[in-house]
Amino acid sequence: MAALSALHGFVAGIGAAVLGLCQSIGAVTLFAIKGVLAILVPPWYLRELFRQIMKIGFYSLPVVGLTAVATGGVLALQIFIGGSRFNAESVVASIVAIGMVRELGPVLGGLVVAGRVSAAIAAEIGTMRVTEQIDALTTLSTNPFKYLVAPRLVAGVLTMPILVAVADIIGIMGGYLVGVNRLGFNGATYLRNTMDFLTFGDVASGLVKAAVFGFIITLMGCFHGYNSGRGAQGVGRATTNAVVSAMVLILAFDYLLTELFFST
Amino acid sequence: MSTPKIELRDVHKTFGSNRVLRGVNLSIAPSESMVIIGGSGTGKSVTIKSVLGLVKPDIGMVLVDGKDVRKQKREPLLDKFGMLFQGGALFDSLRVWENVAFRVLRSKSTDECRELAIEKLRRVGLGPDTADRFPAELSGGMQKRVGLARAIATSPEIIFFDEPTTGLDPIMSDVINDLIRELVVELKCTAMTITHDMTSVRKIADKVAMLHEGVIQWTGPVDDLDTCGNAYVDQFIHGRADGPIEALR
Repeated sequence: MAALSALHGFVAGIGAAVLGLCQSIGAVTLFAIKGVLAILVPPWYLRELFRQIMKIGFYSLPVVGLTAVATGGVLALQIFIGGSRFNAESVVASIVAIGMVRELGPVLGGLVVAGRVSAAIAAEIGTMRVTEQIDALTTLSTNPFKYLVAPRLVAGVLTMPILVAVADIIGIMGGYLVGVNRLGFNGATYLRNTMDFLTFGDVASGLVKAAVFGFIITLMGCFHGYNSGRGAQGVGRATTNAVVSAMVLILAFDYLLTELFFST
Repeated sequence: MSTPKIELRDVHKTFGSNRVLRGVNLSIAPSESMVIIGGSGTGKSVTIKSVLGLVKPDIGMVLVDGKDVRKQKREPLLDKFGMLFQGGALFDSLRVWENVAFRVLRSKSTDECRELAIEKLRRVGLGPDTADRFPAELSGGMQKRVGLARAIATSPEIIFFDEPTTGLDPIMSDVINDLIRELVVELKCTAMTITHDMTSVRKIADKVAMLHEGVIQWTGPVDDLDTCGNAYVDQFIHGRADGPIEALR
């Protein structure tokens, strides 16, 4: 009898978790649809959009650049060490370029921006929820989705590809610096190998990934902030959830998009 | 008898297992100042939010100018309202003048908006030097005044005041109460205030409604407050622990 009861509890637990997951996915999907509709239908708050482009894009440049230069340098070193085991040191430049552009630029850029931007958006909107600023927006005849969510989603989708393009260049330069100064490659040869092996598809797939990650990062920040619980604890939880869910979704969508782009 | 400016008919609202409003009936005449009193958690804020559409009643009807709010276009309806929030609810990222002129920021030029904001700030006793500051740089009393300036910026027909004196010292409370009364008379608007502060009630109100356990227990002119004979009102205005309103100890 006790075993049956334990089994019942176990199955009920699984059921509750699945239902909770479905509910969360439904809530995020509805929120995303409302957000996209808010982008498509006027009024548009262009000043707010410009402000978000600066906050999400421009101010993320230092941290993204730092991550990219370090990653490019380390990648060159690792590939050189690994490649030397079977006399393939010459592939350093092309692998650094392809690795940065296809994968590391968008994913590491996305994860770094998720940590910085999702948290900031969730904290800001969550605080606005707790201090009744979102209610105030409504009473001032302003749709919070159009004023708060739409500009952030657009800014995320527009700025992430630019950030990642910059990260790609800086990452490749990081590899170049290590390759030429530390590993003794010829500078011109290194650059020629970089350019020869990169295709338009490599670059485009990375930038499309970046745009999707930009949407995910801002969506998660807005969703968790908008639905933040009361008080400092509620805002803190919203911030944590925004960062964690953005990172998990970036990794999941990275795999899905890679399958989509490169499966033959 | 003229059509009430605001009317709530049998409004019910439940959050989870918490039945907050259990049939609120309330009528506010044009240019009347109605103050709703009641203990914490009795549904005063939910009542105001029901009128604004921030909370949708489960049952019942809210009418503004005799029309069901659910059948009115949202934006023109909201244009009739101004609201002073308990904590001010000023937008942190905007300067004071942008907060005050927020409703007209998109329809007027920057200069016109600034001018309007400075005029409204002056009306609530703040100098033009306040206009370029951020809300976080202001004291609690100044934030309330800025909130008040924002509420009256477009001369609305109806203004809601949510706990207008909470967190202020007695002198500043008196200043805000006087301002509210002056502005309501000057703008000839309908006002609905929720408060615990009996000094505010006596200064601001034409009529008072006592909300307890989700229903209006008594409503009448402010002059009848002390002699109404309602046990709930009597206990509340005298701040007694003993009576029909149960106090947690």
